Amino acid sequence: MATIITVTSGKGGVGKTTTSASIATGLAMRGYKTAVIDFDVGLRNLDLIMGCERRVVYDFVNVIQGDANLHQALIKDKNTENLFVLPASQTRDKDALTEEGVEKVLKELEHQGFDYIVCDSPAGIEHGAVMALTFADQAIVVTNPEVSSVRDSDRILGIIQSKSRRAIEGREPVKEHLLVTRYSPKRAHEGEMLTYTDIQELLRIPLLGVIPESEAVLHASNQGIPAILQKDTPVADAYLDAIGRFLGEEHPLRFVDYEKPGLIKRLFGGK
Amino acid sequence: MSWLSLIFGEKKPTASVAKERLQLIIAHERASLSGPDFLPDLQRDLVAVISKYFPVNPDDIKVGLEKQGNYEVLEVNIVLPEGR
Ligand SMILES: Nc1ncnc2c1ncn2[C@@H]1O[C@H](COP(=O)(O)OP(=O)(O)OP(=O)(O)O)[C@@H](O)[C@H]1O
Ligand SMILES: [Mg+2]
Repeated sequence: MATIITVTSGKGGVGKTTTSASIATGLAMRGYKTAVIDFDVGLRNLDLIMGCERRVVYDFVNVIQGDANLHQALIKDKNTENLFVLPASQTRDKDALTEEGVEKVLKELEHQGFDYIVCDSPAGIEHGAVMALTFADQAIVVTNPEVSSVRDSDRILGIIQSKSRRAIEGREPVKEHLLVTRYSPKRAHEGEMLTYTDIQELLRIPLLGVIPESEAVLHASNQGIPAILQKDTPVADAYLDAIGRFLGEEHPLRFVDYEKPGLIKRLFGGK
Repeated sequence: MSWLSLIFGEKKPTASVAKERLQLIIAHERASLSGPDFLPDLQRDLVAVISKYFPVNPDDIKVGLEKQGNYEVLEVNIVLPEGR
């Protein structure tokens, strides 16, 4: 059985694509055969973040419409074994994603022996976002410590609970995970920013992890390498911990507490 | 806040304000979004009960939820068949 994981948020620009790339890479690194699908039809970006933009020939919509088969459209990742990318179409609009079409592609991936299928949702609560969460078994709700992001996350949780297949068919509900991203321990400590515990209290779903705000993400996207592969950076370690927790391991939270810089550091710079 | 930050005019901590506002709005939106969902069921049940007493056309029973200031008003409108 393939497990379908939808990475969603409601609000735009909070880190869904960054997270999809890193979660998919992390699962593949653990030996699971993993596909990551870009549902952001018309605004594809996952290919750039995964560094495979020049190898895109066919896309998700081509497969749905029968212009290409899945085998032709899936791109084998060059950094990580067991990992494949299904890019979004750049020229269509989101209505090209039909429910039957999406279901057909997901079923076929399952037949091909994929363990995990990660769906990178577009922003919003419209058709594209609903298609990305319709077949979810698990959902990673990406939230920034900021009022509009938290409210939109709550909206999208409501939609998961009403429009997913699992909800409609009355099966066991979609398993929800909170992933707080772009977190600044210093600003949270100083009361300028919601803390991750505030966010968890508000949204009332289990916390999968807290990803710190970091320049490493920009460096990663510049190079087309998922952030989780930026060795020994807090962002990569935080994503690796999140993967461990997702797979049922226990890892204490890291990079969430603010340590006051010592006097020397304050005098001579540093972060 | 230290005296240094007072002198240098540090920003006010506003996260607690954000949290309070979110608590209110999220509770409100959860309630209002889950609210009207029961209306179709209520309408169907009303039709079933009322048609025990006299014949009604299902379309002649209308239910709606309306906001009036701080109150929510449940409105039930039943058009009785003519000639009674
Ligand atoms: N932990 C982080 N630290 C710093 N910058 C980050 C972090 N995570 C994401 N970003 C930056 O935030 C921006 C948006 O990220 P991303 O594209 O992953 O968001 P998205 O939710 O997929 O956006 P969209 O809604 O447009 O699809 C990018 O510039 C990315 O580099
Ligand atoms: Mg995106």
